[in-house]
Amino acid sequence: MPNSPADRPCRIRVQRRGPLLVEGPVEVELEDGTTVASDRFRVALCTCRRSRRYPWCDTSHRDRERKPS
Amino acid sequence: MAHDPRGPRLPAARGPVSAAVRAYLPGTGPLPAAGTVAAASPYGDDLQLALYLCYELHYRGFADVSPDREWDPDLLRVRAALEHLFLTALREDTPVHACVDDALADLLVEPVDGTGVSHFLSGEGERWQVREYAMQRSLYHLKEADPHAWVLPRLSGRAKAAMAAVEFDEWGGGRPDRVHAQLFANLMTDLGLDTAYGRYVDAACAETLATVNLMSLLGLHRSLRGALVGHFAAVEITSSPGSRRLAEAMRRTDAGPASEHFYDEHVEADAVHEQVVRHEVIGGLLADEPQLAGDVVFGLDVTGFLEDRLAGRLLAAWRKGESSLRPAPHESEGGGAAVRQERGKAHAS
Repeated sequence: MPNSPADRPCRIRVQRRGPLLVEGPVEVELEDGTTVASDRFRVALCTCRRSRRYPWCDTSHRDRERKPS
Repeated sequence: MAHDPRGPRLPAARGPVSAAVRAYLPGTGPLPAAGTVAAASPYGDDLQLALYLCYELHYRGFADVSPDREWDPDLLRVRAALEHLFLTALREDTPVHACVDDALADLLVEPVDGTGVSHFLSGEGERWQVREYAMQRSLYHLKEADPHAWVLPRLSGRAKAAMAAVEFDEWGGGRPDRVHAQLFANLMTDLGLDTAYGRYVDAACAETLATVNLMSLLGLHRSLRGALVGHFAAVEITSSPGSRRLAEAMRRTDAGPASEHFYDEHVEADAVHEQVVRHEVIGGLLADEPQLAGDVVFGLDVTGFLEDRLAGRLLAAWRKGESSLRPAPHESEGGGAAVRQERGKAHAS
């Protein structure tokens, strides 16, 4: 139950190809029990598991292609 | 007129047009004749520096130049002629995609064997090349996100709210120590560079000036708001993977913690920004003003066109082991000794 009329559901934007977009600030609890935080106005959470800055998106989900030579 | 003696010093002229504009600003000479302006090469040092001098009046100005020169109608007439030459050349020379989605799709593919400046610096860049890169980029990064602020009053609703949110993040989210321009100044300090605004204009090549002039051109004209939004999207989309490689270059060359942090921050921030700019800023703008789609495509594509020209210039010099910087101006034109000393240090380290 909302605690006050100002409370509203946290909105998350999902994409099949790309990160979850969450309104910041956020705290993310990782599998090992540690938490990381970001106070950016919006936060991109990795869903492809390829990010080197997990849980934050680093655009590693993008298609990779050889340049036509 | 009270002229502020502080502020950036006027850079040295690079030809007849920039020499005349440079003399006109502090009131020591006439503006260039129309024929002289018309004969200038659109991407050349002379025109690009003259345009840069005109645009800087809208940002920080110059020492001993009246702030009122910003709205001097005779100078604005010359600026318009310079802009016409530059924009006409860009429209003729930029290969453009058929539609916004095609242009975005190409930007969102990461080449496996990329050959850009960030690939070079992460793979084999030396410290003096990293320093040169920082000197060239300082013309923009010390005013990071400022040229794009001009577009805010020209947007509304969804596009405006999203653009303002991204700009707020670029400016540190209300915290002066997190302003991206400040983070870049910290990087420059790591590299032993002078963080004074405008300090390395004399050293910057015409290709660098063109990338910075493009932002001012698109930002200062409401008629080009679609192109400004496209340009901003292209910067944000390409920034995250490029910043990852530049962070690697900083780590590999032991540039220092602030240097690594500047690019690490951009990996994360711009992974968010590109999403917001694509969905909200471009999406919102085109929902309001679908007739601007062609301008958005031009902004997306012209950014890569000028970045590729800059990359070609930097890499051509570095692959030969040569400096990408312009030779220091003569003593009489100001700033020469200091720049030479700086460059000597760069090669020695």
